[in-house]
Amino acid sequence: MALADKDRIFTNVYGFQDRGLKAAQQRGDWDDTKALIGRGHDAIIDEMKASGLRGRGGAGFPTGLKWSFMPKESKDGRPSFLVINADESEPGSCKDREILRHDPHKLIEGALVAGYAMRARAAYIYIRGEYIREAETLQAAIDEAYDAGLIGKNASQSGYDFDVFMHRGAGAYICGEETAMIESLEGKKGQPRLKPPFPAGAGLYGCPTTVNNVESIAVVPTILRRGAAWFSSFGREGNAGTKLFQISGHVEQPCVVEEEMSIPFRELIERHCGGIIGGWDNLLAVIPGGSSVPLVPAREIMDAPMDFDGLKELGSGLGTAAVIVMDKSTDIVRAISRISYFYKHESCGQCTPCREGTGWMWRMMERLRTGDAAIEEIDMLQQVTKQVEGHTICALGDAAAWPIQGLIRHFRPELEKRIEEHNAKFAEAAE
Amino acid sequence: MPKVTVDGLEIEVPDGATVLQACELAGKEIPRFCYHERLSIAGNCRMCLVEVKPGPPKPQASCALPATDGQEIRTDTEMVKTAREGVMEFLLINHPLDCPICDQGGECDLQDQSMYYGRGATRYRMNKRAVTEKYMGPLIKTIMTRCIHCTRCVRFSEEIAGVDEIGAVGRGEDMQITTYLEQAAEHELSANVIDLCPVGALTSRPYAFEARPWELKKTLSIDVSDAVGANITLYSKGREVMRALPRINDAVNEEWLSDKGRYQVDGLMRRRLDKVYMRRDGKLQAAGWDEAFTAIAEAVAGDKGSIAAIAGDLVDCETMFAAKALLRACGSNLLEGRQTGMAYDVSNLAAVNFNSSFAGIEEADAILIVGSHVRWEAPLVNVRLRKAAKRGAKIFIVGPAWDTTYPAEFIGTDLAILNELPSHIAETFEKAERPAVIVGGAGLKNAHGKALALAAGWGAAFNVLHMSASRMGGLMLGYAQKGGIADIAEAKPKVLLSLGADETDYASFADSLKVYVGHHGDAGAHAADIILPAASYAEKDGTYVNTEGRVQFAEKAVFAPGDAREDWTILRALADALGVEVGFDSFGELQSAMIAEVPALGEEGLADYGALPEADKNTRAEGEISAYPVRDFYLTNPIARASEVMQRCSSELLHAGELQEAAE
Repeated sequence: MALADKDRIFTNVYGFQDRGLKAAQQRGDWDDTKALIGRGHDAIIDEMKASGLRGRGGAGFPTGLKWSFMPKESKDGRPSFLVINADESEPGSCKDREILRHDPHKLIEGALVAGYAMRARAAYIYIRGEYIREAETLQAAIDEAYDAGLIGKNASQSGYDFDVFMHRGAGAYICGEETAMIESLEGKKGQPRLKPPFPAGAGLYGCPTTVNNVESIAVVPTILRRGAAWFSSFGREGNAGTKLFQISGHVEQPCVVEEEMSIPFRELIERHCGGIIGGWDNLLAVIPGGSSVPLVPAREIMDAPMDFDGLKELGSGLGTAAVIVMDKSTDIVRAISRISYFYKHESCGQCTPCREGTGWMWRMMERLRTGDAAIEEIDMLQQVTKQVEGHTICALGDAAAWPIQGLIRHFRPELEKRIEEHNAKFAEAAE
Repeated sequence: MPKVTVDGLEIEVPDGATVLQACELAGKEIPRFCYHERLSIAGNCRMCLVEVKPGPPKPQASCALPATDGQEIRTDTEMVKTAREGVMEFLLINHPLDCPICDQGGECDLQDQSMYYGRGATRYRMNKRAVTEKYMGPLIKTIMTRCIHCTRCVRFSEEIAGVDEIGAVGRGEDMQITTYLEQAAEHELSANVIDLCPVGALTSRPYAFEARPWELKKTLSIDVSDAVGANITLYSKGREVMRALPRINDAVNEEWLSDKGRYQVDGLMRRRLDKVYMRRDGKLQAAGWDEAFTAIAEAVAGDKGSIAAIAGDLVDCETMFAAKALLRACGSNLLEGRQTGMAYDVSNLAAVNFNSSFAGIEEADAILIVGSHVRWEAPLVNVRLRKAAKRGAKIFIVGPAWDTTYPAEFIGTDLAILNELPSHIAETFEKAERPAVIVGGAGLKNAHGKALALAAGWGAAFNVLHMSASRMGGLMLGYAQKGGIADIAEAKPKVLLSLGADETDYASFADSLKVYVGHHGDAGAHAADIILPAASYAEKDGTYVNTEGRVQFAEKAVFAPGDAREDWTILRALADALGVEVGFDSFGELQSAMIAEVPALGEEGLADYGALPEADKNTRAEGEISAYPVRDFYLTNPIARASEVMQRCSSELLHAGELQEAAE
């Protein structure tokens, strides 16, 4: 049941072919985009709703539904904007990068079609600052598209004016949060805004705005061309479509690969990654959706379907489908501690629980790593994560709390063992 | 009007209210740090979390959540209690436990709220964060380790003061509030961030380690540093005023206070006149009250009517009335308060009043300012103008350019431009729905009539922005001669009573016996022949009328030092020495007599001056505004000039460049 080559959306994800406009057109991009637009705003949105596409940025919100929140007409003259989130900074995620550097025209065409559907005046692609070559590639593709009349005034002869701008970030993880991204685009310090108002009401420069992930936008033209039914034929119900999986860590061949949703974990690894290093018995745990989701121990993940609902049942999440595989050589406490450090480092500092809590959690994790703690402090740490989770302005607090919660849930014996060993060592020395 | 339920109590809240406001209306206290009524909503402290249905199953920040119909709000559930404890714990893990040496102690939001909403003990056993010191000028003392990042100070500077001076750099737990380049906060309202700071991160530098709030006596008073009449509370310990803080009065100062009003109080302890002095052999020498009174009586012997009075900028109405009564009893009417020689027409007080009212000027949509450096002459009015500008008002200013905190167009220094306003300006005002004209000290002399005519033509509100606390009260009491102070000089009075008048040029009174009744050894005292030590605004009860004609009452906070007496008692005793009857023996009687004569002074609130006079359409404005009357914001009155803090502000904030130059 693996995804056949004919059903791949990202046909140049490995970069075997040229990324330029000509090659992209040979692959089917920009093929009669005018006709796609000709279907009309609402038809496109309805098709997207029918396709069952859920946002590929991590939260998994239905994309078509999100677009439908945009105003049908501007009552006060404010334009609408599409912001495309290419600030891919989640540890483990590297799918947008492949799209940006090998298939940028899919994204630009998607921007035009999606922007048209939501009646946006322009699209801003906010690209991660560290993606220097990718930004060059993307800008070159945008220029090509402008020169070919595909975007800009009367984009693709559709009669619709649409601009695409690229904006480079400065390397802050938090700018991947949609409202922080909007702040950053406006030239301010990247700090998430309070919601409500939601971006669809007042976003970029106070205008209605939709923020979408690169992958969500890049798949749009293909879905429209091949039909919602085709797209929704993949994956389980409510988890439709194909998805770029990014497998890293202790597998024989780490890779980025397009597969259909709901593929079992074992099949994904066996088919594309050459298996786990040291065999399946050597698997310790998997972080299935990028650093911000809780880890899943080996026995639970092995045959689990890789999709939003399947992983939610395991107490984790699909996130961006950045699968981090860890075998038994991994110091799991140190791994999670490193993730905690990342969130401590990337917290914007705006709201209290995250600003103070991420530092506390990281320091606590460092002590648990060496066992320099008391058993009760594991429970205390669990409580601290609960005090952060759900109390913050944006989801970074949750993202910082979940990995630790996952660790405590599944590896508490390991934590206790370290504490006991550590204390025993000092008890001996004291004698 | 949405209906919401707060802890089972159903209430109706105004449209646009937040959940926090709804809870307050229902009488529920919501702890908060970052939320402030007059600042934008930041929602970052997370202390105001409540449970709201319908909504996600997690606590919501009530300050940022709009109240909508049918909401069920709980502030008393376990979830809310845990959430508050959690946030409080986070705030405290990196907050130093230095309350015993913190000046905020006793009036610290964090202290109070941790008592009510915090846990009993800490679970955090690692090192606390330390933050490098910042420098924010001579008024604000920073101990940034205590900062809880509520960003009230940042929002105040940006939104109210309109000066982008404070901001946050860094992120996460390394975020720091700073002035970027370690420069002083250089605006007239900078010290308000001290009040706003909910913890001891920003405290008052001059007041550092001086007193604890519970040791201080609070007295309601009125600020006399300008004509705004900001409502203040004087905090005194023993005979000393330790500090002045603003009181909330939405009609006047909202809850702000200019740095001068706040920090000139240390001047009350310096350069005070606490003895009677008489000039003998060209030198002022200590003397007794009787000697002084005898000398004055001798000077007017045989010609009692040859006595005049000049009121200073800081005196209260009672003092002015007492002097007026004394002069009347002597048969004189030589009263003047406009010390610098202004002689504008005061036959109709509405024409010299700020008729829009401060709250009203916020609503204006086009404002013409003629000759006023509003930021220095009335910083709190400037705050209102900024609000008006933010609402879309177009502001034009005639006079030398100054640094406005809002978009404004300077249209030159030549007043003649008022005769032929450029078309875009004239058009703006003709189209405006609520235009206003403000005439300041520099415009009163040559453009008063023209401004009146312009205002009448546009149907605009007409406002005069005065600078001295005694001005409107003085005018109501008749402290004005047709030709101004020149008329007094011409009358060549044998005795000139100077009621704390320190801005007057005494050279034109060379032949008069100059009796200075005042509290500071300033210009007036230097020129005086006899000094009778009197009380400052903090040392006497008194009525003040601000520039919008608002009658306000100030109370006595402390006693005057040494031999100094309350002014009215000096004038009453002088009446005896001169052998005249003034008709009052107590402060109560004096007030009654004053109110009987000017009933408006008996009623707190805006005085009614009637309609504006008919404007003369053909009048023309001419002349050049070369400079504004206020040369140095921090040194405009004798108290401020005696204040070390104000001197430091002046040299550090306004003249820092000059010192540097001199050193080179």
